[in-house]
Amino acid sequence: MLPVAMQGAQRILVPGEVVAERSGRRGVEVEGAVYRTDSQYRAKTLSVARYDERGEVLRVIPLKGKYIPSVGDIVIGIVVEVGFTSWLVDINSPYTAVLPVSEVSPRPVTIPRSDLSKILDEGDLILAKVISFDKTKDPVLTVKESKLGKIQRGLLVEISPKKVPRVIGRKGSMIKLIESMLDTEVIVGQNGRILVVGRDRRREEIAALVIKKIEAEAHTEGLTSRIKEYIEGML
Amino acid sequence: MSRKVQAVKLLDEQGRRVDGRLPDELRPLKIEVGKLKNADGSAYVELGNNKVIAAVYGPREVIPRHEALPDKALLRCRYSMLPFSVVERKSPQPTRREIEISKVVREALAPAVFLEEYPRTAIDVYVHVIEADGGTRTASIIAAATALADAGIAMRDLVAAVAIGKIGDVLVVDINGLEDQYGDGDMPIAMMPQLGEITLLQADGVFKPEEVRHALEMAFKHIRYIHSVQVRALKEAYARAEEGEIVG
Amino acid sequence: MAESRLSVKVIPTLRKDLLLASLKRGERLDGRGMQEYRSVKLQCNVVGKAEGSALVQLGNTKVIAGLKTVLTNPFPDAPDQGVLIVNAELTPLASPLFEPGPPREEDIELARIVDRGIRSAPAIDFGKLSIIPGSKVWGLFIDIYPLDYDGNLVDAAGMAAMAALLSGKVPKTAVEDNRVVVLEEKENLPVLTKVAFVTIAKVGEFLLVDPSLEEEMLADARITFSFTERGEICAIQKMGAGSFSIEEILEAQELAEKASKQVFQVLSQIA
Repeated sequence: MLPVAMQGAQRILVPGEVVAERSGRRGVEVEGAVYRTDSQYRAKTLSVARYDERGEVLRVIPLKGKYIPSVGDIVIGIVVEVGFTSWLVDINSPYTAVLPVSEVSPRPVTIPRSDLSKILDEGDLILAKVISFDKTKDPVLTVKESKLGKIQRGLLVEISPKKVPRVIGRKGSMIKLIESMLDTEVIVGQNGRILVVGRDRRREEIAALVIKKIEAEAHTEGLTSRIKEYIEGML
Repeated sequence: MSRKVQAVKLLDEQGRRVDGRLPDELRPLKIEVGKLKNADGSAYVELGNNKVIAAVYGPREVIPRHEALPDKALLRCRYSMLPFSVVERKSPQPTRREIEISKVVREALAPAVFLEEYPRTAIDVYVHVIEADGGTRTASIIAAATALADAGIAMRDLVAAVAIGKIGDVLVVDINGLEDQYGDGDMPIAMMPQLGEITLLQADGVFKPEEVRHALEMAFKHIRYIHSVQVRALKEAYARAEEGEIVG
Repeated sequence: MAESRLSVKVIPTLRKDLLLASLKRGERLDGRGMQEYRSVKLQCNVVGKAEGSALVQLGNTKVIAGLKTVLTNPFPDAPDQGVLIVNAELTPLASPLFEPGPPREEDIELARIVDRGIRSAPAIDFGKLSIIPGSKVWGLFIDIYPLDYDGNLVDAAGMAAMAALLSGKVPKTAVEDNRVVVLEEKENLPVLTKVAFVTIAKVGEFLLVDPSLEEEMLADARITFSFTERGEICAIQKMGAGSFSIEEILEAQELAEKASKQVFQVLSQIA
């Protein structure tokens, strides 16, 4: 099957489906969730194949799947266990993350366990960054950078991690729309968790509903104005 | 089970089977994807009167932790027949047959999954047979592979399966309950259809050596058809993603 | 349910606050009224090999129940009565909260609540299921399997079991030389009344009909009432680690009786 040549059009692939032949077509690169056999690129997962803007690279993007961390990802985590020198953090992934005490404070300290729960306790939400992960060990987080740390207020929304780019929108347009219309800050974790912090709970709830609505519906020109109307109707 | 005594005439003078099919005819096949909310992936399959539902959870944390594998996902599979799925009510306790089928189904799926992509996790596959009529293991494999794809798990290929049977000297495809009980052979086969690789092969009854090749070729043909139904079911379930999606 | 720390997410306190705030405004998280059931879809005769069967979808909770009629011996203390056996299994197919293995207390409790409601009402005239008194009777085996768990298995399971009985058929029999001959012809089961199961969850000061999974997990306690069509109560079960005051029990009973009409309406589609 030859790839669709029109820019913007896309097709759905199932695992094992041939995306493109490796030899022959000049200048067609295939990137993403594919594997190579001798002569072909085949899709690895349920995915969409789409040409990039210049029509030179065919991107294969998974439609579904769990969040697998990458170094550098900003994530929203929930503390599930307080240890002696670290916390275990649920980051909505098959892999539970570790936040060492050395990644909380810039000063080297040894703190007895009872003090650790005073800093972060079970059930606390944190905004963190993944600083290492190689699948053979649990991912390691840090909260030492600015804007990271314990989340004190706001509303948590969970969406499918694969839908995060859709919620962000082209060049962040969707996020900017929600933030300006509802006077809330929207912090998007790569792990499918989103925090909305607004000036009142009502606006936070509307923002949360809007995000779930975007997740459920495809992003088209129509969606942007539908969301605008929806927000206006709720306010 | 007596194979030689035919209590029922399985092939009539026109070469038609008890349900009217020709030897090379598959039963009607229906596949629905993604109807379960909790499961990460799911598929419901009807193959003739067989009705099975498969649910996939994973990759997810391995419980108990000590069973995790350091370099790949742990694939686990449980096949169970619900008590009302058969004519004589079946007790809910797992039988030896269910335990064996759980194993061969797992081994039918494992070659297709990129287990190395998810070390130290578990991928759990659960299949319930809601109604049985010969061929539940093949229907289960069809459902389980579709559910794995629906869960977004990385796979080399889907897996499809069909059982070839024998009535006298005639090879027949996709045997039903009566043909399984009174026929002369039962050979379930699973394959990765696009790669042409066999991942499950069993047999009971008696097959002549040359019949094995014939049976495998017959199976491959029907497995390719079953694969096309799996593909259509998966793509239809995700059709909405095609409408002008923008990725930031 | 499974309580391993790492397999069940710790529910942030933000969520319970949100639920209580919503309830104070008279609304649940999914927009329902406090006494409103989620949408129900009921399909009967979904399993050809079973003598009766039903698939219930209550919101996202899905439960299938199958009825098998089995020739069996009566219990010695009820020689002229048919036998009822209800079994339920919460398998990991339906939820990450269910573990594989032999029936646990939740599986057994679910089966026994449904059994109690059907038996006490009585939903079935068990005397009519006797074939040779003291020797051979019909045994009604109801097997209940959730396929998707999103709260309130009891009501969904009870509806599925009742629907399987209402739409099911039992073979006619003849007795020759003191032996039972099972005939081809089938007839309806001798149903005396429909039975409805209504579960109420207590969250803070609020009583909610048909709790969703989230409401169940945040609830202090739950209580199930089972009703006959005449409004009689044929089973009660309080569940969960919290408690009810006497007033709360009576209020829940009233709410449940009113809500039972929604369940009977669904069951009346069948017969």
